[in-house]
Amino acid sequence: MLILECPCCGVVGEETEFAGGGEAHLKRFGPGSSEENFHDYLFAKENPKGVHFERWRHANGCGKWFHAARNTVTLEVYGTYSAQTYEPPQEIKDKVSAKVPGWSWREFA
Amino acid sequence: MSTRLASGGRLLNKGRALNFTFNGKRLNGFEGDTLASALLANDQMMVGRSFKYHRPRGVVASGAEEPNALFNMGEGETFEPNQRATTTELFDGLTCTSQNHWPSLEFDVGAINNKLFSRFLTAGFYYKMFIHPRPLWKHVYEPFIRQSAGLGKAPKDRDADKYEHFYAFTDVLVIGGGVAGLQAARAAGASGAKVMLIEQTAHWGGRAPVDGGTVDGAPVDKFVDEIVSELETMPNVTMRNRMMGAGVYDHGYVLGYERVNDHQPEVGGIRHRLWRIRATQIVTATGAIERPLSFAGNDLPGVMLAASIRDYAVNFGVSAGDRTVVVTNNDDAYRTAITLKNMGLDVPVILDARPDGGGDLALQARELGIRVENGKGIAKVKGGKRVEGVAICSQAGEGAVLEEIACDAVAMSGGWSPVVHLWSHCGGKLIWDEAQAHFRPDVDKAPTDATGEAFVIAAGSANGTLDLAGILTDADAAGKAAAKATGHTPKRKAAPKAEAEEANAMEATWLMPQGATIKLRMKSWLDFQNDVKVSDIQLAAREGFESVEHAKRYTTLGMATDQGKLSNINGLAILSDALNQPIPQTGTTTFRPPYTPISMASIAGEARGEIFQPIRRTPMQDWHEENGAFFEPVGAWRRAYTYQKPGESVENAVIREIDQTRDKLGLLDASTLGKIIVKGPDAGKFLDMLYTNMMSTLKPGRCRYGLMCTENGFLTDDGVVARIDEETFLCHTTTGGAETIHGHMEEWLQTEWWDWKVYTANVTEQYGQIAVVGPKARIALEKLTDDDISAEALAFMAFKDITLAGIPARAYRISFSGELSYEIAVAAGQARALWDALLEAGAEFGITPYGTEALHVMRAEKGFIMIGDETDGTVIPQDLNMQWAISKKKEDFLGKRAQERTFMADPNRWKLVGLDTLDGSVLPEGAYAVAEGNNANGQRNTQGRVTSTYYSPTLKRGIAMALVHNGPDRMGDVIDIPKVDGTVIKAKIVDPIFYDKDGEKQNV
Amino acid sequence: MKRYSAFAVAREALGNHMGWERAWASPEPKKKYDVIIIGAGGHGLATAYYLGKNHGITNVAILEKGWLGGGNTGRNTTIIRSNYLQDPSAAIYEKARSLYETLSQDLNYNVMFSPRGVMMLAQTQHEVRGYERTAHANALQGVKTEFITPARVKELVPIINLDGPRYPVLGALWQARGGTARHDAVAWGYARACSAMGMDVIQKCEVTGVRTVDGKVQGVTTNRGDIDCEKLGVVVAGHSGHVADMAGFRLPIESVTLQALVSEPIKPCMDVVVMANTVHGYMSQSDKGEMVIGGGTDGSNNYTQRGSFHHIEETVRALVETFPMVSRLKMLRQWGGIVDITGDRSPMLSKTPVENMFINCGWGTGGFKAIPGSGWGFAELVAKGYSPLTEEFGIDRFKEGRFIDESGAAGVAH
Repeated sequence: MLILECPCCGVVGEETEFAGGGEAHLKRFGPGSSEENFHDYLFAKENPKGVHFERWRHANGCGKWFHAARNTVTLEVYGTYSAQTYEPPQEIKDKVSAKVPGWSWREFA
Repeated sequence: MSTRLASGGRLLNKGRALNFTFNGKRLNGFEGDTLASALLANDQMMVGRSFKYHRPRGVVASGAEEPNALFNMGEGETFEPNQRATTTELFDGLTCTSQNHWPSLEFDVGAINNKLFSRFLTAGFYYKMFIHPRPLWKHVYEPFIRQSAGLGKAPKDRDADKYEHFYAFTDVLVIGGGVAGLQAARAAGASGAKVMLIEQTAHWGGRAPVDGGTVDGAPVDKFVDEIVSELETMPNVTMRNRMMGAGVYDHGYVLGYERVNDHQPEVGGIRHRLWRIRATQIVTATGAIERPLSFAGNDLPGVMLAASIRDYAVNFGVSAGDRTVVVTNNDDAYRTAITLKNMGLDVPVILDARPDGGGDLALQARELGIRVENGKGIAKVKGGKRVEGVAICSQAGEGAVLEEIACDAVAMSGGWSPVVHLWSHCGGKLIWDEAQAHFRPDVDKAPTDATGEAFVIAAGSANGTLDLAGILTDADAAGKAAAKATGHTPKRKAAPKAEAEEANAMEATWLMPQGATIKLRMKSWLDFQNDVKVSDIQLAAREGFESVEHAKRYTTLGMATDQGKLSNINGLAILSDALNQPIPQTGTTTFRPPYTPISMASIAGEARGEIFQPIRRTPMQDWHEENGAFFEPVGAWRRAYTYQKPGESVENAVIREIDQTRDKLGLLDASTLGKIIVKGPDAGKFLDMLYTNMMSTLKPGRCRYGLMCTENGFLTDDGVVARIDEETFLCHTTTGGAETIHGHMEEWLQTEWWDWKVYTANVTEQYGQIAVVGPKARIALEKLTDDDISAEALAFMAFKDITLAGIPARAYRISFSGELSYEIAVAAGQARALWDALLEAGAEFGITPYGTEALHVMRAEKGFIMIGDETDGTVIPQDLNMQWAISKKKEDFLGKRAQERTFMADPNRWKLVGLDTLDGSVLPEGAYAVAEGNNANGQRNTQGRVTSTYYSPTLKRGIAMALVHNGPDRMGDVIDIPKVDGTVIKAKIVDPIFYDKDGEKQNV
Repeated sequence: MKRYSAFAVAREALGNHMGWERAWASPEPKKKYDVIIIGAGGHGLATAYYLGKNHGITNVAILEKGWLGGGNTGRNTTIIRSNYLQDPSAAIYEKARSLYETLSQDLNYNVMFSPRGVMMLAQTQHEVRGYERTAHANALQGVKTEFITPARVKELVPIINLDGPRYPVLGALWQARGGTARHDAVAWGYARACSAMGMDVIQKCEVTGVRTVDGKVQGVTTNRGDIDCEKLGVVVAGHSGHVADMAGFRLPIESVTLQALVSEPIKPCMDVVVMANTVHGYMSQSDKGEMVIGGGTDGSNNYTQRGSFHHIEETVRALVETFPMVSRLKMLRQWGGIVDITGDRSPMLSKTPVENMFINCGWGTGGFKAIPGSGWGFAELVAKGYSPLTEEFGIDRFKEGRFIDESGAAGVAH
């Protein structure tokens, strides 16, 4: 039973308040994109054993989507941040680096 | 015999006698007894039968670890199987029966397993036998095995009791109210941290008052009283007993299981309460459990844990026997001998497996005149249904009998194992403590929380500290550390000091005697309930079941209702020995919640029956209920399927509703349809991405039917979009889809197109919506409004704000039935008033409310698709010939790229058509149209399937919609559709619009 | 290998069971094998078994990082059924079910296959239609199922409450020859049979790398050294993405927790398996008497084999509602497994971008029931490069938009 902090409304809530939305920082590929790119966009998920950047919705709260940096093995939450961004904030990346030296996730490190 | 003593019984109120019934016998006990102590007081040593061999079983322990004393308790609606007698407080009128025997506890036919077959029924015998002949497993062997297994009876009735859930939040949660827990709570509490202290029994102090000792110069029971009083006065400390820490979960979530009224069922109210506790720090002061010793006949009733015999004597004034032989590998069991001797009971001998024997306590025992034999053990316990004596041997030998001693009880102690369950539930690791021969928490590998920091601290004997002085110091430190970790400053007060006594080290004794012959090992029990013996584990190892998990699963060691509290360590020591490897290399099995079994009822909580899941109600729900609605669950709603008149069948009611609507006037509660406002300068652009249609070109005041696909291309929802003004759209969704679609919109707006200026709001419940349908719809509405709703003023696919029956309303001229139709939306609070007004105004036209089935039939007659019928998550709009709803002008919309993939663009996909059965019958739901031949896997080839099928009252015959291979190009073809019984219905492929193809009725 | 039988048990009993030999050998890895299977769970062991039995390939190693059968094979709710909607699913699950019928005899190991019947309750009109459709599909697929009335449901499951105020039971899809088996025994039986054929079942052997040359598999690197192979089959469920990563490709897989629980044992009270998808719960009674209970998956990526308790609450609530007597039982133990979920929740049995490397994964919440069929088909794919059973389960289907989606029949749970 995770605890997450919604960065939009500031509430620290039980997992039951939130709904997981899978991998974050997806780059959308629409009409005209290659078969490969479109497939990877929809299906080839990182699914890492370790640091994961993912979407959550504060579904039974303010309703906003946000991102979390979470470890899928230890379940440590390095931080939550706005979904309106193309990459994790430096502060979050630093925090992850401090805990998991040498980590990488797609192009992030 | 076991009996009640004249003295002792610190937990009893001897002033209040209680009556209870065991196997029909009326017996007496006292207030303060457990069921186990009361049974022992009545010389009921044998309490049940084991799982496999049906061997006689007696009480072994005095607490949660008890594997044997399990009973069917109560009757009827309060019946419950497998109730553990050692943790059941006696109450007046308690009834219970023993389990797993037939016809009676004393004479059990199943014991034939023991007498005749036990030689064969070793570990793994199931896997090696009953292989031939094949049908016998299901019909003979398995039923027999099932019947002889299973312990308690199955409850039959609905549960009469009440249960509830509580939430609690605390800085520090201390689990366990023994001296360690009390001291940890005090140390943490002194810092000002919010502390919660829970204890599974009804009493504080754990086993310290039984074991004795002095703290700061006073007897330990006085220390307990003082610390409890002190804690009770601390406003930041909450104490609850009869509440077990059942499980520790991620991020400091703890399940507390409070047995509120199990001990006083006559009070009524809540029986169990499940607590969902969030703690920043958890101190597990859960104590330790004494281990049995493995010697032949250690499972006979009367062989008990040494400390438990002491518990029964001191706490309940009950002696397990008149003559108790003590057998041990550590000093602690000497306390039992001393206690019994001091109470005037006979202890013929203490058998100490250690060649050098014990320390201070051994000296005390000898001073009391008790015979002590070092380096000795039990070769064999004599007796049938209970202990009659022991045969003594050298621990170092193979079991040659030196002497036989008559006794009626054996107190055994194989050392103590910390209760590490809660530490381990959430990933805490263990280390092997060679000196004490047990696993204890590895403080460097504690479970970690959301911040990656350790959040569990083990304290006292749960941490492997077994002496009182050490326990208090350790617990004090744990309490302070926990407080500090929650940001509080612990007081610098020193821990209370207990007087230490000189003890000799325990010595691991996994088998008694150490060289026991196979005959003895086959009688040396590890798991009393599941009948697993030393020889079984050794057999498993020989057969290659070398992983501790394999050995457990192969032998069922530790899989009984006690989950191996007594057997696991002994078993894995035997396994390690058989594999010739150190115990840590063997490791332990995984500790899983709950610590002891918790009631399913408490897990379910209040949510049962009507409130199992909340029902969403439309403003007209009361009316439906009062007017014969036959409901169907749709999402969280319950919608009227049809409204039955008295004596009318469901089918006839549906036909009547359709006929009346098509003929005159029908009324539908459409409030459950999803309604989502999409507003902002970019709303049109956003909806263009969301729908396959072009929505940005919709004129204010107009409606457009739209389709929504997932990014994966599949059709997921549909509905009418109305443009309220330049910046505002109202999107109708399906009943089940409102929340999902709203979430879907928000996800795209917040995670992809966050710079678009669009807001959404789900206003589904803000509006009541009523469809007024049928040729008389307009005249009926005109009776209630002065606004112009003529065909010219309110054309098909337009909407208009009007006043209806004095209520501000929005009338959408849309139709899902093919009739002249208005969907009227009003504020939810006024919907019922409008509904009533409409019924009154429509009365002269025979207005007929209709339900979802009539709605479905009428839409099918018109060839309108239904999400969930024509679609199933694999269908794309193109399959439904809905290219007209897919904008060619748009470069992009969700699903567009996906639909370009080869399989989706394949012209051979099954496409929507109508089907006319040649004989006019109704096709079965979900039937398939067959094609020639079979596929590579021998399955019959198919060429289509029925998506919707109904009897059409309008056409007086069966109609169906179907997806058929090349369907639209095969009009007039006849295809074969087999029923499940194999008989074939022939159907002709036709246009899916069966009724009013040109839309003349809805366009009037 | 000595055969198991009642006679053998009697014979060994006379010798106090000292004469039993190892169920499977414990060999050191050789330098090279024709085929290496990574993962000694049910699917991996079954693959090896049918490689030997059907295709004569016995120079096979099955590498297991922990103990054999220790993943999802040993932590599922043991339901066996084949009442699937789509043809490819029905084919492989029915193949599996039919192999289960005789598996004890084939393996000379009692896997306790108990065809006691599996029932999937219809509690909404939508589910009724979905299951009626499945019954029609099954009739053409050679899978024996029927849609039964509430009265028949009650007859088969007397402890059920048909008239729950929230979701009354409207009928059920019934597969009389579905049932359960003893999960550990399936792994053990296959392992014993593989070992008897001379294959090497190597436990505590963790693969840390996949070696390729020119896009072709060469072998694996393990904590016990490099091992070469002609062909490599990866059958590691929740860890598939991890192994694919070693070979340099990604899989459309996400790993989440699926939880289950058992009650304390009680005398027999339910003879069939019941699944209730509307309320999300399923239950059967084990031969030991425990009620074995499962529900839906947790909602986020997770490799811990632990889940959130609220899912347990939801499941138990659903079952208390469906079977009121469950209320007075106690939960004995709860646990979790890591399940590998694909984009359409159907498995992948497929070639991979690496030549001679094959993958069998994505069984999600429903793999146990498929073990023999999955092994049969995957062995054929590995041996011959083609199997009709696995043909539709290729990795490329996601690129093509060709999904095997079972949600249409509401059959989302397993």
